[in-house]
Amino acid sequence: MTTPVRETVAKLTELKHQPPEGFWRRYVFSLDHKVIGRQYLDLALVAVITGMVLSWLMRLHLGYPNASIGVLGPANPSQMTPEYYLQLMTMHGTIMVFFVLTTAPFAGFGNFFLPIQVGAEDMAFPRFNMMSFWVTFLAFVTLVASFFVPEGPALSGWTAYAPLSAIGKEAGPGEGLGQTLWAISIALFCVGQLLGALNFIATTLDLRTKGMSLARMPFSTWAWFTTSVIGLIAFSVLLPACILLILDRVAGTSFFIPAGLVFNDQVQTHSGGSPLLWQHLFWFFGHPEVYIAILPGFGIISHILPAFTRKPLLGPKVLIGCMIAIGFLSYTVWGHHMFLSGMNPFSAILFSVPTLIITIPATIVTLLWIGSIYGARLRITAASLFCLGFVSVFVSGGISGFFLAQPSIDTYLHGTYFVVGHFHFVMGVAAMFGIFAGTYFWFPKMYGRMMNETLGKWHFALTFIGVYCIFMPMHYIGLAGNVRRYSSFTDDYLQPLLPVHKFMTIAALFTGAAQLIFFYNLFRSRFKGPPAPPNPWEATSLEWSTPASPPPFDNFGGKHPVVTQGPNEYGTAGAKDYVMQAGGEA
Amino acid sequence: MTAPAARAPWTPARTGVWVGIAAISMSFAAFTSALIVREGPGSDWQHFRLPPVLYANTLVLLVSSALLEIGRRRQRDGREASSWVAASGILGVAFILGQIVAWRALAAQGVFLASSPSSAFFYVLTVIHAIHVTGGLAGLGYTYRRLVRTPGSAAGVLTAAATYWHFMAALWLYVLFVLVARI
Repeated sequence: MTTPVRETVAKLTELKHQPPEGFWRRYVFSLDHKVIGRQYLDLALVAVITGMVLSWLMRLHLGYPNASIGVLGPANPSQMTPEYYLQLMTMHGTIMVFFVLTTAPFAGFGNFFLPIQVGAEDMAFPRFNMMSFWVTFLAFVTLVASFFVPEGPALSGWTAYAPLSAIGKEAGPGEGLGQTLWAISIALFCVGQLLGALNFIATTLDLRTKGMSLARMPFSTWAWFTTSVIGLIAFSVLLPACILLILDRVAGTSFFIPAGLVFNDQVQTHSGGSPLLWQHLFWFFGHPEVYIAILPGFGIISHILPAFTRKPLLGPKVLIGCMIAIGFLSYTVWGHHMFLSGMNPFSAILFSVPTLIITIPATIVTLLWIGSIYGARLRITAASLFCLGFVSVFVSGGISGFFLAQPSIDTYLHGTYFVVGHFHFVMGVAAMFGIFAGTYFWFPKMYGRMMNETLGKWHFALTFIGVYCIFMPMHYIGLAGNVRRYSSFTDDYLQPLLPVHKFMTIAALFTGAAQLIFFYNLFRSRFKGPPAPPNPWEATSLEWSTPASPPPFDNFGGKHPVVTQGPNEYGTAGAKDYVMQAGGEA
Repeated sequence: MTAPAARAPWTPARTGVWVGIAAISMSFAAFTSALIVREGPGSDWQHFRLPPVLYANTLVLLVSSALLEIGRRRQRDGREASSWVAASGILGVAFILGQIVAWRALAAQGVFLASSPSSAFFYVLTVIHAIHVTGGLAGLGYTYRRLVRTPGSAAGVLTAAATYWHFMAALWLYVLFVLVARI
């Protein structure tokens, strides 16, 4: 009896669609994974600029609370209202977490490079892939549209805690149509990411070229694959949560709204709902989301570092095992976001222990990076510098996580800027450094031109200094009891900390200005950068074996690469100190 | 003695269906946990009689699933299968129509989405399931077309469609069990 077989790649990777013709098919509704990857990255670029501007406005108000910021506060044109501050905070968090940290390192780079790195000609389901991007785009447009509705965008935070998020416009500014659009946007985003995860998993499992065993997959591919599995589960839970939230808002149901709730002197007609239910559903997604944002960074750094240390990364199988362990453990820790929700103290311990355990694989990965750098003759480039920066900020943010994992300490710190500093380092800045490292490393392959290295190094240096000046003081003011989510600190015991806020505001503006170097380098290099050689970094993986940069429509010019070794073959003896993965063609 | 039939090759479509099944299972697990939590503390949970047509719909969906399985095995043995797929699809449409009858019956009794948390979960679970069944019908339509046009290369698609469709039947049994047990 024959058994089910995974057909050889030569048959399975036959393209299911022809090269596109015409502007719309080639650049807009393209089925090509490389175009879709670039579309995701461009979307993330727009999103990150939007999110960064919002953060500047917040920081300006925090540092200079009495200053006029023009027309920004709709209720009070001369000064930002607390409600408007919360709306900016909500939109900043939502845009950054969903449309930047998830979109760029996972959907952007993953779409472009995962099929190439496994030797496939495209994703397994190109049409789903195209739908994934356009649904995500629609989600972004929906979210941004909420800026222009009468009560403005949502103000219940990127976590949209119920019952505030579930009531409706009677709850106050930002709780009208803007909050509904927020929920619709995130539901759409979930659909887009589920379609993406479906593609990533099927492509990785079924479309690997001959010789590309799982053990020979690049670390970045492993990271995208692990992330897609995490995302598949996480977004499958957030989507139902958003559906229930939307129904509470528009259909009169009471999933999250408790009985007897009074808003603006009005008793709500809803009854019996559970606000904690929303928190559980949200954080069951929310904590894995941290790893959805950071694991692609793990993969990118692990993929890039050996190309610049010129020696194999230590413990490749251990590293892959740690990424899988982190993915698994990420589903056991969501309650640590809810230590202050009134949960049973024994439950808190139940969530605290795995939270501490998850630091073990994260620490092992960090030690593998540091061990791999030790003794290496590191080639200093913008990409390798951002790799080092990634390790630095990840360690800095990770260490503060040890404190927050313990309920007794978290009880004091949870509502303070200590948490803001922690997650911006370990999730936000680290993931951004991964994106920057990936951009400087893969730009030659994506656009066929080199970025300016000098500008890249300046970009790194200024950004590295800037982010530490922004986020390290947050730990100190958090320890001093500076509460978060407040729009200003002018009338209370926190006033002595105002100079620190001014310092962080200046640092934020400085760091933002430093990004102009990156934007200039990015756009200029796209059109006027020097032509890229086929393998400028002397790297080993399949993306550097394509016949051109950017790769042709079918990636390998109608041929199927045959893989003969893993991606970690650096520091070898011979004329070259590395061995390409592609040893031949089928 | 005839030679044993070859199984359908493993294709990305089959992987995709299993991945989709995992995602849908997680979503319904989330809905179920929400139902259990919501039912717990509130005093507003109202039990009501489920429309009897739901049981007839269950039978329709199970027969539909069986017909598709027969079609899949016939295709594997090199025999005509498209008419079985068509019959399965027609019963799938009948299932959706039957669900609409159930919703109208409840509405006629004055049980709407916002009437109580139990009715809200009834509508949410059955509508979300119906949406997934509708997606499955689209897949059956595509499979039928492949069977008619290129029957020699449709084995993988048919197996993937059958896997999804059987899952829809199993998922409905689960949803019905939850509704009977809790509502």
